[in-house]
Amino acid sequence: MKYSYFPGCCVKGLGRSYEESLLPVMQRLGAEVTELNDWNCCGATAYISVEERKAAVLAARNLAIAEKTGPQDLMTPCSACYLVLNKTKHNIADSPEINAVVQRALGNAHLAYKGNVKVRHPLDILVHDVGLDVIKEKVVRPLKGLKVAPYYGCQVVRPYATFDDAWNPTTMDRLLATLGAEVIPYPLKTKCCGGSLTGTVPEAGLRLAYILLKEAVRRGADVIAVVCPLCQLNLDGYHDQIARRWGAERIPTVYFTQLMGLAFGMPPEQIGLNRNLIPMKPLQSELTRV
Amino acid sequence: MNTNQKNGEIRIGFYICHCGHNIAGVVDCAAVAQYIAKLPGVVVSRDYKYMCSDPGQELIQQDIREHQLNRVVVAACSPLLHEHTFREAVAAGGLNPFYFQMVNIREHDAWVHTDRAEATGKAKSLARAAVSRVRFHRALETTRVPINPDVLVVGGGIAGIHTALTVANSGKKVFLVERDPSIGGHMAKFDKTFPTLDCAACILTPKMSAVRSHENITLWTYSEVVKVEGYVGNYKVTVKRKPRYVNEELCAGCLECITACVFKEGKYPDEFNVGLSKRKPIYIPFAQAVPPVVVIDPERCLQVRTGKCKKTCLEACADRHAIDFSQKEELVEIKVGNIIVATGFKLFDVKRMPQYGYGRFPNVITAIELERLVNSSGPTSGEIVLRDGRPPKSVGIVLCVGSRDVKTNRWCSRTCCMHSMKLAQLVREHTDADVTVFYMDIRAPGKGYEEFYDKSLKEGIQFVRGRVAEVADWGMSPEEEGMMVIRVEDTLAGFVRRIPVDMVVLAAGMEPQADAPEVRRMFNMSCGTEGWFLEKHPKLAPVSTFTDGVFIAGCCQGPKDIPDSVAQAGAAAAEAMALIDKGYIEQEPNTAYIAEADCSGCKSCLPLCPYTAITFDEAKQKAQINGALCKGCGTCVAACPSGSISQNLFEDAQIFSEIAGVMAEGDEVEAPGVPAG
Repeated sequence: MKYSYFPGCCVKGLGRSYEESLLPVMQRLGAEVTELNDWNCCGATAYISVEERKAAVLAARNLAIAEKTGPQDLMTPCSACYLVLNKTKHNIADSPEINAVVQRALGNAHLAYKGNVKVRHPLDILVHDVGLDVIKEKVVRPLKGLKVAPYYGCQVVRPYATFDDAWNPTTMDRLLATLGAEVIPYPLKTKCCGGSLTGTVPEAGLRLAYILLKEAVRRGADVIAVVCPLCQLNLDGYHDQIARRWGAERIPTVYFTQLMGLAFGMPPEQIGLNRNLIPMKPLQSELTRV
Repeated sequence: MNTNQKNGEIRIGFYICHCGHNIAGVVDCAAVAQYIAKLPGVVVSRDYKYMCSDPGQELIQQDIREHQLNRVVVAACSPLLHEHTFREAVAAGGLNPFYFQMVNIREHDAWVHTDRAEATGKAKSLARAAVSRVRFHRALETTRVPINPDVLVVGGGIAGIHTALTVANSGKKVFLVERDPSIGGHMAKFDKTFPTLDCAACILTPKMSAVRSHENITLWTYSEVVKVEGYVGNYKVTVKRKPRYVNEELCAGCLECITACVFKEGKYPDEFNVGLSKRKPIYIPFAQAVPPVVVIDPERCLQVRTGKCKKTCLEACADRHAIDFSQKEELVEIKVGNIIVATGFKLFDVKRMPQYGYGRFPNVITAIELERLVNSSGPTSGEIVLRDGRPPKSVGIVLCVGSRDVKTNRWCSRTCCMHSMKLAQLVREHTDADVTVFYMDIRAPGKGYEEFYDKSLKEGIQFVRGRVAEVADWGMSPEEEGMMVIRVEDTLAGFVRRIPVDMVVLAAGMEPQADAPEVRRMFNMSCGTEGWFLEKHPKLAPVSTFTDGVFIAGCCQGPKDIPDSVAQAGAAAAEAMALIDKGYIEQEPNTAYIAEADCSGCKSCLPLCPYTAITFDEAKQKAQINGALCKGCGTCVAACPSGSISQNLFEDAQIFSEIAGVMAEGDEVEAPGVPAG
């Protein structure tokens, strides 16, 4: 199991606890992960909606590097990067026009892209390549009694439902159950977290985040598990503003890889659990006691 | 018949049709006529406004007589449209109709090009090819095959019932084969019918009884067609009759056996009530079932499954001896001349749209479930209630579930608007609930339908325009708590609305039956991309298929309501009867034939024939083609390694000269020779 790794900007900054938990977990499971040399911003969802062709060039450069250096399976943990890279792949394959622009631009940088790279999300890799039985073997501290709301967000399953169902994905549910956690029914699992609206139109964006928090609490969750740094930021970072508008709904939001790290017995601060704004501390202490 | 072929001289008449502006708008018809006039063998070359008109046809006939023409070429529209017309005209002029060739310069040229010079050039090439080919045509005769007057109807819903009765009333024998234990189909489950709100059972059950008692109808329920062989007028059909473990002739329908069954209560989902009630392993599908006899579910009955049961049903049946556990599956072979396929539709599985919560929220139900709830013979005796028995206070009806949606089915299911408005009116009639209908567009184009929509509006039913995004179980205000919230973008008001309700009704769309692909292959029909059976022509042959003697009626052809299904059923019956009353089938002579001397008996052709027209004569060790079965597809012709199979109208000489004609450069107009081989 060898993967190229495209971290994306988020996990090097605000979302660094994602990488801090993802990489040790992958290593523990025997997956060989090599960070892409000289990668650049994927363009995020903003660029592609303003300038489709130039955005394609930006993202395609990463695909071209991965194709050149290998491995051809490119892991990217951020949902936005995952979507943008996938969309770029589709655009290049479907539109001769975009393909021409991309190849010309890449050619100037002595690069080319033939379409061989597979863009993979860690959730997909962990469940389908590594396998739940292998993960189960590594669990030393089962998350017994921990009620988790599995929250996938929108971008990993829509519009390209490549590894799970578009409306009712279950890969993370099964993965968390393998760790021993109690996965609560959370039908809001693919609703929008507010995305970048939390910054630009907070009234609308924060309301979406609030609904997710409120319903996770109402349904008895101790913690929300996410697969995307922007989801994590929106659900973890705005509690004060949300409380001012609609009332307090304090519940921690962590990366699913952090829960894996805990179950694998890794020290909380090594997997970035100290970085949460709404801490998972009380829970952690219970878990470490077991 | 005059062949005008004195001294072997070929005398060709060429005609190019303007088709109004259709062709002449792009092709310079006069120039083409002038060009063709110079080709060898061409005696007459004309352009004319409408060749298919009476004067156009008379022109051909007159020229045949005056100029002793012995070949005719018409460049016009598709042969599908008018080849027959012109062949008739040629025959009326005194020539064998197969001394004729048609060139399609409308669909293949004028309609697909804009450049006048190039389109005219293409027309010249195509016409030159036909002129070159027609010299090698031979006189052919159509053959007549007698027709078996019996008709098979597949499917016993309202379409199948109506078509069977229509054919039977004309004195023809009909076999009606239905897969389920009773006929009646979807319509039997309905409470009222739109737009008149008359009771579905009251209008359907008399027709069902008529089927059973009709002297010309053989009704086989719980049976399926498994094999179809033969051709129009002479089909051989194998029907599988599943064992119902009850002798239909002996059962009186007293239902004592059901009461006596060792299962004291119903345990299995009742198909007729779409799972809203439970039935026993021995059951009658519904009160007015036809035939009115019980059936034993082999997968549930203890005796059938294990052979260990007290068989209390047998005791209850006593002297009638109607229950017969020794019944076995039977294969019955019948011979019919025509087949009418009326196999209906299935409802879209609403679980494919998890955002609507069916299966997750108990009070999200389908329209057909509501139909059973409102029916007085249904599981609640006509009470519209929530799962906990309370009457609903607010009901939301969601339209286009699995219709008009690129993610599921693109087509409009046509009936859901009216069906939903009918249910909305019935809910208003039976309860005090507020009813909101969520629609994309209200489609009410039938007779009396718009008026029905008007009536719905006047009765206080709310209409919100927009595709429902989701049925959510999370509230944003105290009045939403504990309710299901329908979230929708109201496209008229221009904002997102949240409407709390306690019952959601999903108007599931229609889909082709799951086994439509197999059924299609069995009856040699075509399917559109969506899976509905394809009619021969969407406007002018709506119940015919591309297989002669196989007709379609009702929803297997596409979604439609009861009036349209019945209209199609009548039309299919009429089409079949027209063939029967003619008494014979005329067959195109474009069949393949074998030069027996050259056949090496390799049998390569045998498995290739899709019409099973080729057999092997073991005595002679030669393949033989049954001209009555051959449809002229040409597969065997191409495959024959020894080249001993040829096909009328597609002989090598004709094809090669046509190719040479189309490939010839500019004014190179020498009559091409026929290549060897």
